[in-house]
Amino acid sequence: MAVTDRKTHGLYLVGVLLAGLTGTLAHAGVLSDDRADAMYHSYNGGGVEVDGPSVLVLKKLGESVALTGNYYVDSVSSASIDVVTTASKYNEQRTEVSAGIDYLSGNSIMSLSYTNSDEDDYEANTASFGISIDMFSNMTTVTLGYAYSWDTVENNTDSSFSRDIDRQNYRFGLTQVITKDMLMEFTFETITDEGFLNNPYRSVRFLDPGSPVGYSFQPEKYPRTRTSNAASVRALHYLPWRASVFGEYRFFDDTWDVRAHNIGVGYTHTLRDRWILEAKYRYYTQDKAEFYSDLFSRPDAQNFMGRDKELSEFHSHTASIGLSYDFIQDGWSVIDRGSINLLWKHIWFNYDDFRDIRDTSAAPGKEELYDFDADVLTAFVSIWF
Amino acid sequence: MNGKCLIKALALPAVLLLTGCADIEPWVKPYERAHLADPIMQFGRNPVSDTYIIHVYQSREGARGAEGESGGGCGCN
Repeated sequence: MAVTDRKTHGLYLVGVLLAGLTGTLAHAGVLSDDRADAMYHSYNGGGVEVDGPSVLVLKKLGESVALTGNYYVDSVSSASIDVVTTASKYNEQRTEVSAGIDYLSGNSIMSLSYTNSDEDDYEANTASFGISIDMFSNMTTVTLGYAYSWDTVENNTDSSFSRDIDRQNYRFGLTQVITKDMLMEFTFETITDEGFLNNPYRSVRFLDPGSPVGYSFQPEKYPRTRTSNAASVRALHYLPWRASVFGEYRFFDDTWDVRAHNIGVGYTHTLRDRWILEAKYRYYTQDKAEFYSDLFSRPDAQNFMGRDKELSEFHSHTASIGLSYDFIQDGWSVIDRGSINLLWKHIWFNYDDFRDIRDTSAAPGKEELYDFDADVLTAFVSIWF
Repeated sequence: MNGKCLIKALALPAVLLLTGCADIEPWVKPYERAHLADPIMQFGRNPVSDTYIIHVYQSREGARGAEGESGGGCGCN
């Protein structure tokens, strides 16, 4: 956990359970074919390097039951700006294991799943239930999902420190056939958190005339509750030369006054039946949380104080390209189909209210605004059997 | 896609859910769904990669949730 990347662990489990594992179902009314995916993932940006494997398997038992399993590892080496300015570089590993069962009945699929994520100072558990229903001659699919998470936050510098977080997710989704060439999807999700929501390692800074640099640090302090709502709409349209275009928009709002928007567009192209090429662009922007400040005027300036750059005002651009090649299409031994896939993303983060305090020549609050680039790579093999 | 079709597509599920009527005539016939069944018409074609990308964004953004259902509605069975 350490100084960065803490708040998402339990949340990520929910993302996996509600979007990922249920995503392998393809759609209500029929279970997906048996498949296995083995992936290597890598993130490199802002002094943080994260990589590791992920293996996802879906296996049907008869026509009505499917089992899913996922094993995922993050190996982290972090010298992010938070770390180098308030702590020391660290290495850690997070291991996550998920298991789920899907049951098909008529035009509905019910899913149950459980995930555990473990690292030396953070443990997250999530149980989820979902149902997906095909309606109106398979023109409409409605999905409902609920997940409950219970996390334990610890501190490597204080063995007596242990705090809990409870989290609940409620998700509604509707996918609609618009024409023989077009699909649309609407999703709404509410998430509530209660517990120790800040990072036990992270600090805020405040003006301190007695300090040689003009400022000092104190531990951050967040509210103990948070409720967020997000709504998104996506569309896919088929093009006559066996290609498709993609568009999406999402709106986000929460009780910490973080308000965010993101839009995305994409194009997918096929070549010679075996190749799939895709290009996407995504723009993201958000306002800051009400208790965020890059530099507070004094110690204990307010009840809640945070300097997490993920809660500051910022925007980002993401460009991505992907390549997929079917190396088996007509069956070989027990494998029906196989593909090898590469996906590369480049993200530009630009912070509008988070300053680079490695710049010691400037007066407090006058340092340059922080920005960084990141490269994200996934390489994976998928087989259907 | 014309405007009439779009309005019908978006309004019908809500209206029919409210009225309890589920016996409607699909305006896209099963034999017209070849394009929708193509893998390039899936919102979440690569679940192992898609969930990882969600994790990357959630780790570095204040927003969370509604990342998509990753499937559904293709009408390809």
